[in-house]
Amino acid sequence: MLKINQLHKSYPIGDSSLHVLKGIDLTVDEGEMVAIMGSSGSGKSTLLNIIGMLDEADEGEYILDGLPIKNLTEKKAAVYRNKFLGFIFQSFNLINYKTALENVALPLYYQGMKRKERLEKALFHLEKVGLANWSHHLPKELSGGQKQRVAIARALAANPKLLLADEPTGALDTKTSYDIMAFIQQLNDEGKTILMVTHEEDIANMCKRIVRLRDGVIMEDKKVEQVRAEQYV
Amino acid sequence: MFDLDLWREIFQSINKNRTRSLLSGFTVAFAILLFAILFGIANGLKNTFKEAFGTDANNSIIVYPGRTTKANNGLQAGRQIQFKNEDEQFVLDEFGEKVQYITSKVNRSVTASFKGEKNNYELRAVQPDYMFIENNKVSDGRYINQNDLDNRTKVAIIGRIVNDDLFLKESAIGKYINLSGIPYKVVGVFTDDEGDNEERVIYIPITTAQFVYGNNDYIDLLHLTYNPDMNVDEALSFGSLLTKKLKDRFSVANSDQRAIRVQNMAQGMKQVDIMTFSLTVIILVIGLGTLIAGIVGISNIMIFIVKERTKEIGIRKALGASPKSIVSIILIESVLITTIAGYVGLLVGVGVLEIAGPSLETYFIKDPGVSNSLVFGATFTLIIAGAIAGYLPAKKASQIKPIVALRND
Repeated sequence: MLKINQLHKSYPIGDSSLHVLKGIDLTVDEGEMVAIMGSSGSGKSTLLNIIGMLDEADEGEYILDGLPIKNLTEKKAAVYRNKFLGFIFQSFNLINYKTALENVALPLYYQGMKRKERLEKALFHLEKVGLANWSHHLPKELSGGQKQRVAIARALAANPKLLLADEPTGALDTKTSYDIMAFIQQLNDEGKTILMVTHEEDIANMCKRIVRLRDGVIMEDKKVEQVRAEQYV
Repeated sequence: MFDLDLWREIFQSINKNRTRSLLSGFTVAFAILLFAILFGIANGLKNTFKEAFGTDANNSIIVYPGRTTKANNGLQAGRQIQFKNEDEQFVLDEFGEKVQYITSKVNRSVTASFKGEKNNYELRAVQPDYMFIENNKVSDGRYINQNDLDNRTKVAIIGRIVNDDLFLKESAIGKYINLSGIPYKVVGVFTDDEGDNEERVIYIPITTAQFVYGNNDYIDLLHLTYNPDMNVDEALSFGSLLTKKLKDRFSVANSDQRAIRVQNMAQGMKQVDIMTFSLTVIILVIGLGTLIAGIVGISNIMIFIVKERTKEIGIRKALGASPKSIVSIILIESVLITTIAGYVGLLVGVGVLEIAGPSLETYFIKDPGVSNSLVFGATFTLIIAGAIAGYLPAKKASQIKPIVALRND
């Protein structure tokens, strides 16, 4: 599903440069649910951005679903992002003047789907996250948990191969966090491959595998016994 | 090509930021409003100039003979110069190419009467070309023709006022009018936009007049129009050459200003041309300045909009928006606001001119207005302006890196 070989990335800081990723090797199979952990500055967000094609590696190989991701034009990257990836952000990143339904339909708009069809599909996904009744509300009228559900519905709308979540519960309280995690686990049960950055142990333990980063290298990569989130809800 | 969804996106964005869109539109609307009003006023001034010159052909040259004031070639001062038919032929032989219309003219004053009505009028004995030189319109009947000249027919073409004065109840055509004792058959009635005085005139064929008033071939003056393909400078030098040739022909000293006088409309035209040209330049400079200020204003606001929407654009890109679709959104929004606002400005400007126009006549501004071509030109300029104003910000927006836009801060 996803294969990374000797990935390097550095950022220029003034005259010198900061070497953030120092040769990462990572393979993720279909159906996995991986947590990437590490303190801030360990390079976990950079890794996720490169996997999400929002950023490009300086060196190394990245193959997504058999496709080498290298020297993409902006246009091509846009198409790949739309087709292969679903993003879930810590701060939700919904467009504030669009209703929940329109937000979910946005990736489908960029796929060139007809309006009627994409609104139908968006409603189906909103239903799936339990927010069909809120479809015509603006993001500001929704609670944090609801916003994240809309964001998840949006990430799912284009039916991506890989879900990327950057601290999906970072802005939520514990109860809502578990609520969201239960939902993400359910998606994983249905077969979605999920890659998640977090620095919370309890959230990481709800995944099936934990990759720990420190100073740009992988310290530890182990499978864990998944803690089901439902029991806390 | 027409993408309903794209337009939906743009209207949603404009609608969501109504104040911002209105403000940026206001700059452009105001610029165009000023532009339209300035242009209208300039047009009004031009109209006033034009009217001052009347509706006569404005490429007229009139040649009057007079009395010499200087002795020349053994001939005394005080000699009367008299033009004859052969002098018209001389002008045509010398300058055939440069002459558009030409007529010889004999002027008299006559008492005209029909049945009980009687009045004094100016009589002009002319040739058929005179119709084009004076810009007359025949409202009834016909004008003087070549047959009249050849046969010295006693026919008259009367002005509208003459017609109204003398022919109270009946049509003048076919009736005989008495001009100082001689009956002429009225064959036509003409009108002249220049006003009543030009319609208080009776025309007869010049050959008839020459026969009736002395049985000679004398003419009082030559009236011609120069070839309109000539520019003002060429027309002026044509005028001087004509004067010189005629002076030589009549053995008149070159410095004699009164023996042969040439009144060349090109002289006045040149001054009016220079004046309207500088007026147009001034208006264009001011207009373009205002327009540029408007464009800069909207460009500024679009840059601000892009800054404000950085995060949104980042999200769109993360969800698969191509750089092209980002450029379209910003660019079309800019073009749309500019075009609509500009059009509103234009309409208001035209409206203001329409309402205020009549009261401006005392300030030498007559019929201020903008032409259709200007309206089309302005619309086109607006679309281009909107595109220019939107291009840089749109380009900037398309280069936003989603990773920067989405950074949590």
